[in-house]
Parts: sequence; structure tokens; C-alpha cells
Amino acid sequence: MANRTIIPFGPQHPVLPEPIHLDLVLEDEKVVEAIPNVGFVHRGLELLCQKKSFQDMVLVAERICGICSLIHGVGFVQGIEKVMNLEVPERALFLRVFWGELSRIHSHILWLGLAADAIGFESLFMHSWRVREMVLDIFEETTGGRVIFDAVKVGGVRKDISKETFTRIMKQLDKVEEEYKQIAEVFIKDFTIIHRWSNVGVLSKENAAKLGAVGPTLRASGIKSDTRMLKYGAYEKIDFEPIVEHTCDCYARSLVRVKEVYQSFDIIRQCYNKISEGEIETKVTGFPTGEFFSRVEQPRGEVIYYVKGNGTKFLDRFRVRTPTFANIPPLLQMLAGCDLADVPAIIISIDPCISCTER
Amino acid sequence: MFEQQEIINITKEELLSRVTPLFKDEYRLVQICCTRLDKLIVDYTFDKDYKFLGLRIELPLEGSELPSITDVYFAAFAYENELHDLFGIKVIGNKIDFGGKFYRINEKTPFNKKQEA
Amino acid sequence: MSDILTMCKIVLSSLRKKTACQMYPVKPAKFYKNSRGHIALEPAKCILCTLCAKRCPTGAIEVDRTKGVWQINRFKCILCNECVHSCRPVALSMENQYAAPSANKDIETHNVEIKKPAAKPVAPGESAENS
Repeated sequence: MANRTIIPFGPQHPVLPEPIHLDLVLEDEKVVEAIPNVGFVHRGLELLCQKKSFQDMVLVAERICGICSLIHGVGFVQGIEKVMNLEVPERALFLRVFWGELSRIHSHILWLGLAADAIGFESLFMHSWRVREMVLDIFEETTGGRVIFDAVKVGGVRKDISKETFTRIMKQLDKVEEEYKQIAEVFIKDFTIIHRWSNVGVLSKENAAKLGAVGPTLRASGIKSDTRMLKYGAYEKIDFEPIVEHTCDCYARSLVRVKEVYQSFDIIRQCYNKISEGEIETKVTGFPTGEFFSRVEQPRGEVIYYVKGNGTKFLDRFRVRTPTFANIPPLLQMLAGCDLADVPAIIISIDPCISCTER
Repeated sequence: MFEQQEIINITKEELLSRVTPLFKDEYRLVQICCTRLDKLIVDYTFDKDYKFLGLRIELPLEGSELPSITDVYFAAFAYENELHDLFGIKVIGNKIDFGGKFYRINEKTPFNKKQEA
Repeated sequence: MSDILTMCKIVLSSLRKKTACQMYPVKPAKFYKNSRGHIALEPAKCILCTLCAKRCPTGAIEVDRTKGVWQINRFKCILCNECVHSCRPVALSMENQYAAPSANKDIETHNVEIKKPAAKPVAPGESAENS
């Protein structure tokens, strides 16, 4: 048996945008086992629900993560709306889907850039982020913020989009899609990328199901599961099929994300065609009583919001389980047996978002 | 449209015998969550084909123990360490036990503070 | 099917294009009508109701009713627009330009004239001197 070495990986490492520490047990160049260590940025946001009213908690929920902020807000308000039995106007639901899918586009393009950067493909990283910038401009025009939007509130949304702006944005999005198409081609066919990602970090279908993977990580292992299929909000009126890949490696995980961006463009077009004029918010009276596990699909996977109200303006419990938290055990499985040089590419392939994991 | 959510109350002794058939039935462990009221409420959430299933255990506020389900669902180790660090629930038999160092926090069990006398 | 030409094409075509970055200090940043830049107060309209200070999630706004002072700590403000929504007399607004950078963590102070509540109608049978 070869000698075993333990190599600490992180919390500071060039590929990691956020701190996670892994103890890699190596036999020569092969990783035998990995032990994760999170908890560098625990903020205790969940306890804030005892100090902030449930309406102000939306602002906290949106700031859990800087990349999927709007969908965090949607998950939270959806839970509150269920326990308060609020009827949200349809236009508001459609606007949430519209911004939610735009967030998915910007998050996935961001990830594609980061993943390219992790394997040293820096020009592709910069081109990806150039395209993402165009999406951020649409956000700034419609909600006022570039990454933190504050567009969702209990009972509806805060901002409306006028008909003309909407039409103009759709034209802008066509341009974004055209630019994106060129970059997506590279992710699909480039020699470096295929060479670096094929058969790396394989997570078999059985393991993905057993270890509770979520989101693109699960779908890249051949399991058709997407929380949007619960048809919450306006997804009821939108047709789409989860995207599945069967090769189970890092390349499959990138393909799922590449294709999901196209799907999001399609959902946005459906939104534009199906949205109707009307109110964007309902009046909120009373306080939440009851509990609900609200599940929504984020760019990284399923996020769970547990809200428990006790009839006052403060909640009893506000709990978030973010997708990265569920994706850490599958990550350990992927790392076992890989080369040390592939570790950064594998870690980035689950799209880790550590600060939102620890809340 | 909101999904139906089914929550079953169980005791901590039944936990493993309830969870094992779920694993064989290909249920996915979605999360484990703890709520502090006048007692601790631990929710185990499972999902299969978008169908939600919850198991609920009630525990006393202090000195409570839980059997670990990491033998069945390995992915539970992170949640169980979280239960220990934030709520002070002792989880017996956790496969990866960080021994209270999962979160680097200054005070012990911040989500379940001892009542001041 | 793998190739390297796709990327080469993108890289070469960007030689012909103008730079994608905005040369920020030379060219001014672009703002939209909705952009959240900074909170502005119109002191003449403020009635010192302190609602904005109460709703502020970070406690950036402080209002002193007795001295007639409205303060904002721009370094704490997260531009969530909550104060603007809560402001009844519409004295607060969200401007689309960012606040000027500062080397010190100063607190911006506005003096607001304390408006006396309109005199209550005198109840019959009572002399005005008592009130």
C-alpha cells in the first residue's frame, strides 16, 4: 500500500470564491477520501426572524446569497403566503418567474465562466462574464439593482414592467441569446474542455439518488428531477421538461447548465406571451399562523424554506436549506478516486455557494 | 398552487425503523430541521417523485439525544452536526462527527440558549 | 467532434470589436431610471415621523424629533428602498446616482424644521389659555 498523505485544500484557494476546507487523503496522486469542513462564515441569519418582522425578513432572505437572491426571496414569501392564505395576483407570479429565470441565466453564465477559469481557460471566462453583464443591465433597468433586487414582497412584487419596456427587453434578450450561443458552442465542443471534464468526478445514478444530490448535479446523473415541476407560482402555466444528461461527469454537469440557459430563455418568452395586465400586489393584513416547507428551484438546485408563524409579526422559526448543503455529500463521493489535479474542477462543478450554505 | 405536505409524528425510538424502509423505497432525504418552541421539534423531510413526506420527533429542551441515521442516509451527517452545534442535541453514531466544530461559533448552542434563572 | 476553432473565432473576432469594459472614471457610469443609487431627503417635506428609522433594516437612519435632525449613515444603508416605501409625506426618494465616495465614515445630517401639530380645536367651555 502506498503511503497516505493528507493535503489540506482551502479555505483559501484560487478556485474557491468562498471558504470551504477539505482534508484530502491521498495515495500517491489519487484522492482516497475527502473530509469537508465548513463553518467559516456562519452568520446565524435564521435567528434574525425573532428581531425582524416577517415583512422585513424578505430583505434578509434576499441577502442570503448574492447570486440567486431573488429566488431566495420568492421561496420565503411563498411560504408566508401559504400560511397566510394570500391570493397573489397572476401578474406578480409571472414577474417572479421572469426575474427568476433571468437570475438562472445570469447565475449559470457566471458558473460557466468560473468553471472555465478553474481549468485555466481565462479568455472563455471573460467572454462569459461579458455576456452576463448584458443580463445584469436588464436587471438594473427593471428592478434597480444589479445582484440584489429587492423586487419581491409578501403579497406580490414591488416593481412593475411596462409593456414597452417588456417588449424592448425581449429584443435585448434575443441579442443576449445570440451572444450566448457562440460561447455555449465552446462549452459543448472545445477540445480542452472535453479533455478536462470527460470522465472526471463521476457520480453514478444510484449514488446521486442515495446521497440526496439536487439541481444540475442530480440531473447530470440521469435523474429527471426539477423542483419547478411542482408547478408552484406561475410555473403552472408554463411548459417545460427538466434537462437530463446521462454521462454523470463534470462535462455532463456543464452541459445541463448550458442547456438550462436556453430553456430559461424559452420560459421567459412564454412568460412574455402569457402575462396579463393587472394588479401586482395584494394587501397583507394579519400575521402568519401555521407552518409550511416552501420548496423552489434555484440555479443550484432545490432550496427549502421552513416558516413557522405564531400569530405575531415575528416568526417562530425561519429555516433555509440551500442546495450546496445537500450537494456536499455527493461532492465527497465524486472526489473519492479522482486525481489531485482534478479536485478544483470537481469542486466547482457542483457550483458551491458556501456563504449561503451556512447562512 | 401549493403542494400537499404530510407530516407524521413519531418517537425517537421508532426513527430508524421508519427511515430504513423509506431508503429502500428510494426516498430522497431533503433536509433535517429543528425548531425550538417550549420543546425541540425535529423534522426529517423526504421526497419521492415530488411527493413530500415529513417525520416529526419531539424532544425535551435540554439533554436530548437522537440516534443517527447516517447508516442509512449518509447525507444526514451534515444536518446532524448542525443539530448538535446549534441546538445541543446529542446525535449518537454519526459517521462523520465533528464533535461540535462543524460551525466555528463563539457560544455554544446559539439557537437553543439556556434559560437564565 | 472536439475542436479549438470555435474559441479561436471568438477571440479573433473580439480583436475587431471595441473594448467591452466601460472606461469608468473617464466615461460616466450609466444609470437607469430605476437604479438604486442613494437615498435623498427633501427636508421641507419631512414631518419627523420616524417611520423610516423604524423600518430601516440596518438602522442606518436616525431621527431626533426634539432637535429636528434627520441623519443617515451611508455606510450602513443597503439601499433596500424600505424607507422610501414607508415615507407618508414622500420626503424621501431614491436617486439613481451613487452617493459620493468618502474617506471618513461620516454621518450625513439634515436639519428639519419641527412642525408644530395644528392647534387642536378648543373644546367649548374651556378657555384657550388652559391649553
